[in-house]
Amino acid sequence: MSMRETKHPESGQGTLIPAAIESWKHKHVLDLDDFRREEIDLVFEIADGMAEILARDVKKVPTLRGKTIAIMFFEPSTRTRASFDLAAKYLGADTVSLDAARSSVAKGESLIDSLRTLQALEVDTIIIRHPCSGAPYLAARHLETNIINAGDGCHAHPSQGLLDIYTMRKHFGDLTGRKLVIVGDILHSRVAHSNIWGTRNFGMNVVLCAPPSLLPHGMKQWIENCGLHHISLEGNLDTALEGADAVMPLRLQKERQQSGLVSSIREYIRLYQVNNERLSRAKPGAIIMHPGPMNEGVEINHETAYGNKSLIERQVTNGVAIRMALLYLISGGKTR
Amino acid sequence: MKRNALLINNARIIDPAGNVDEIGSILIKDGVIQQTGNNITESAPQVIDATGLVACPGFIDLHCHLREPGFEEKETVASGAAAASRSGFTTICCMPNTNPPLDNAAIIDYVNIIAARHSSRITILPVGCITKNREGKEITDMTELAGAGCAAFSDDGNPVSSSRIMALAMEKAAVIGLPVIDHCEDLELSRGGQMHDGWVAARLGLKGIPATAEESITARDIALAEMTGARLHITHVSTRGAVELIRIAKSKGLPVTADVTPHHLTLTDERVAGNPLSPGEALAYDTLAKVNPPLRTAADIAALVLGINDGTIDAIATDHAPHTLEDKLCEFEMAAFGISGFETAFGVLMTLVREGKISLNTLIARMTMGPSKILINKFGRTGSLKAASIADIALLDLNREWIVDKSNFLSKGKNTPFNGYRLKGMVVATIHRGEIAYRHS
Repeated sequence: MSMRETKHPESGQGTLIPAAIESWKHKHVLDLDDFRREEIDLVFEIADGMAEILARDVKKVPTLRGKTIAIMFFEPSTRTRASFDLAAKYLGADTVSLDAARSSVAKGESLIDSLRTLQALEVDTIIIRHPCSGAPYLAARHLETNIINAGDGCHAHPSQGLLDIYTMRKHFGDLTGRKLVIVGDILHSRVAHSNIWGTRNFGMNVVLCAPPSLLPHGMKQWIENCGLHHISLEGNLDTALEGADAVMPLRLQKERQQSGLVSSIREYIRLYQVNNERLSRAKPGAIIMHPGPMNEGVEINHETAYGNKSLIERQVTNGVAIRMALLYLISGGKTR
Repeated sequence: MKRNALLINNARIIDPAGNVDEIGSILIKDGVIQQTGNNITESAPQVIDATGLVACPGFIDLHCHLREPGFEEKETVASGAAAASRSGFTTICCMPNTNPPLDNAAIIDYVNIIAARHSSRITILPVGCITKNREGKEITDMTELAGAGCAAFSDDGNPVSSSRIMALAMEKAAVIGLPVIDHCEDLELSRGGQMHDGWVAARLGLKGIPATAEESITARDIALAEMTGARLHITHVSTRGAVELIRIAKSKGLPVTADVTPHHLTLTDERVAGNPLSPGEALAYDTLAKVNPPLRTAADIAALVLGINDGTIDAIATDHAPHTLEDKLCEFEMAAFGISGFETAFGVLMTLVREGKISLNTLIARMTMGPSKILINKFGRTGSLKAASIADIALLDLNREWIVDKSNFLSKGKNTPFNGYRLKGMVVATIHRGEIAYRHS
């Protein structure tokens, strides 16, 4: 049906969505740990086509017409949710949004029961965000429906990882030898996790910079055991930033101070805030990314967030293209 | 000749308490062992030919959960007793985290009444709470609990956080003469923790339970044992550091003993991420491997094995913790801690014997003589096959291969991480007080 090469009716040039994606093997998108480099390249290639669609006045294509996509969020989110919702709608799919707080989950229905109901309603893909690490894996194990992880606890956020790498790729071209510094709350960051996996086959150097209380105790051994040779740890931000090509501060949640993981916001700012003064240590062309939502004045200052090095808004736009690509590939995987 | 006389012939008799490992017979009368050896001339109305089997004292489990009263959907005394009996156990100590908890004599009486219905099969010894409602605030009437027949005191999974309350409770326990069974966990350090705080927790994005959460309280309570003179039994030791602390305590002659579970001796935290029986699958987040204390590392296992071999660890206990399917079929962070352990205990432990990590005789010692020494004599002369001992016996077929199938469990708790494992070594009969309590068909 919609897996043919799509030519947009109002446009002379075809959107380059390949007809058959033989190399795509994923029934689910749970994390990037099981993505080969070619598969990420394929997502990017398709995202390029999607970006073209997004640049048009009329953004809607019929590629996923007749498909139903459920967006099931068990924790608050505005941007990721809107991004997936628009991605699905631009591709012509119908979406149904379930807000867990308002659905029967609040009545004590188990996650599997809720998801089975969705499956029985014949939805084609379930996009799930959940505060518990591993929840989408539980869904994938017990359901036939395609699952896309839109963020699970402190574990993974694969579409964010992809859009971050995509954003760097678009900006730099080849990423070989590029240095990315991820700063802040690595312990609770699913974004950091997915970037750790996603970047591993790009020849990049990724430096994680965090206070000891916000770095998992097993981090070093994880890196060793999984052969993640592109990852290194550096506690001092100024040292970490030396020669950096891209810098990604992570959101510092206020409750980290309440629980004592951060002794004071003032100290955190002094040691870990990304600002223009600090950025002088990075390469002149270094870019700034942030997964959002930002705590301006905490992990990043205002001038840096909105300065000419910032690609933060570009990330948001790219996010829609990446999610369109994932939805396209996942649905294509199913029809075969 | 009395009807209940029983003769077991041609068994390989292993009795670590008597330093015995020989082929011979065991004659039982009136629930008591009359004679053991090669020169038994008497016969009995019931004769078991145990050729090719090992006969050893019945296993004693210092730590299990029978869930009654309050959580009968997870386990009942009846189902737990049946599961334990078929697994070679003849004495089991059940933990007080029931609802209501075993914090007063009336509830201990209640458990004893239910247990008495199964007394032909197994001896069940309740463990009383250290504090009322296991809240760590107000010490129970420990004298009354002891009078009602509890075997030890423990708040188990709700360890007493206040050092002062713990010290006062141990002073009382020292006077009463019963051991305090200690689940060592610093609840501040472990708060919110889901699994061992290591690389797998980092990989899975799960909050870790650090080894120090166990070790800090182990150290504290050893110090309190020294101060109070109470008998401190540290249960389900899981870390290398805790083994070292207990070894030092013992070298100082302190009244400290310890046990370890079969799962902590055989599985590591990596099991949470994946089932070895289905490699190549996505991350498992396997709630069946969620247990407290958590599965640790290979280095911890090595230290635990060393502790078993050098006597630092006196006993092996199952921490049998049955749960319903719903308790485990959910998000990892929502899932209950615990493993249904009775029915895999011996088979799983035999893998350590087969790998040459511990000897068969040591294994049996830690399941019989070791735990029996921790229980006071009031509960009978168990853990040995010497003449005049209570006739609690397990018959083992060391060469019998079997595949763990949780659907065949007699326990209501099917929550085992060992489902599908091929094991070698099986309990084929259990004799409790001279009666055949279980016989494999």
